[in-house]
Amino acid sequence: MSTKQEDIDVSVWRGDPHSGNYENFKVPAQESQTILDVISWIQQNQDATLSYRFACRVGMCGSCAMMVNGIPRWTCRTHLNKVLNGNKLVVAPLRNLPVIKDLVTDMDPFFDKWIAAEGLHHPSKTRLDPIEEIEPKSIGRVEIDTGIECINCSICYAACDTVTNNSDYLGPAALQRAWTVYNDVKDADKQTVLDAVSGDGGCLNCHSQGSCSVHCPNDLNPMNAIAGLKRATVASLFSRKG
Amino acid sequence: MIRPHRKHSLWLAYILHRISGFCLAVFLPFHFYLLALALTEPDRLDGFLSWTDTPIVKLAEFGLVFLLAVHFFGGLRLMALEFFPWSTSQKTLAALAIASAFLVATIFFLQVI
Repeated sequence: MSTKQEDIDVSVWRGDPHSGNYENFKVPAQESQTILDVISWIQQNQDATLSYRFACRVGMCGSCAMMVNGIPRWTCRTHLNKVLNGNKLVVAPLRNLPVIKDLVTDMDPFFDKWIAAEGLHHPSKTRLDPIEEIEPKSIGRVEIDTGIECINCSICYAACDTVTNNSDYLGPAALQRAWTVYNDVKDADKQTVLDAVSGDGGCLNCHSQGSCSVHCPNDLNPMNAIAGLKRATVASLFSRKG
Repeated sequence: MIRPHRKHSLWLAYILHRISGFCLAVFLPFHFYLLALALTEPDRLDGFLSWTDTPIVKLAEFGLVFLLAVHFFGGLRLMALEFFPWSTSQKTLAALAIASAFLVATIFFLQVI
């Protein structure tokens, strides 16, 4: 507990899918607190009707992402003193997703696009076959390593202006997932993945603005993965028969 | 006012490339029109060329060369970013090498002329 108790001015977005506005709260500053602590304090002490989403509180589940002073962040691992703007904090629901209530967004479009990008395993063997050995240092596996740590928090999706301007765009997370599947030697249907990511809402929409990679809380690089899909798409133009 | 989630060097590189491209696209029709004057109305072209010796136009020419340089290197950057399967550090080293080579070559060029 800090010896001096200053109050922080916190503006929190309150509303439903149709309308809303910012509501101001005074929250006592602690020596060490996260954005999620601040929101929880408001919900527990000032307004029990405030809706927000969290689960693990340790940066694994990816459910507590919100816009913090205009930047999408994982609120459970973001310390207040790193993002405080003067004495002010503005917390809003994630961009590019429909609001359900207050700070809770509807994640369906985000996860639907994971399916649409064919970010799922296409088996090449039956359970009777021996397990395929994967050399940890092989090029494909190293490429996959950089992508599979995604926690589905949707921060990259909220940071992406291409998603804002094109609601069909699959987005950085789904495309990165597709890139890991594409590089998986155990995957039997790479052409389906490539067809899914090179269509209208696919990887070629990406303008390489890089906000996904800059704001990813796990330091992943979806822009690089999307560039890989672009290369694979271009290469397939020259290799495909007929 | 740049929105907070866009305040990083990658987005700045993106917007500089877009703006320089747009400005060059606006400039080019005028450029070709003036070149065409050499064939159709040489006197008007000479009049215009003497106007380009004024300091304000010289300053504008500097801006034009700046736009060209920004767009040229922005394009190289984008192609390297998207088409070379290199790691980030390899790309940074490559960019540094090109920048240093360009700097040395430009200094040499300026001393020659």
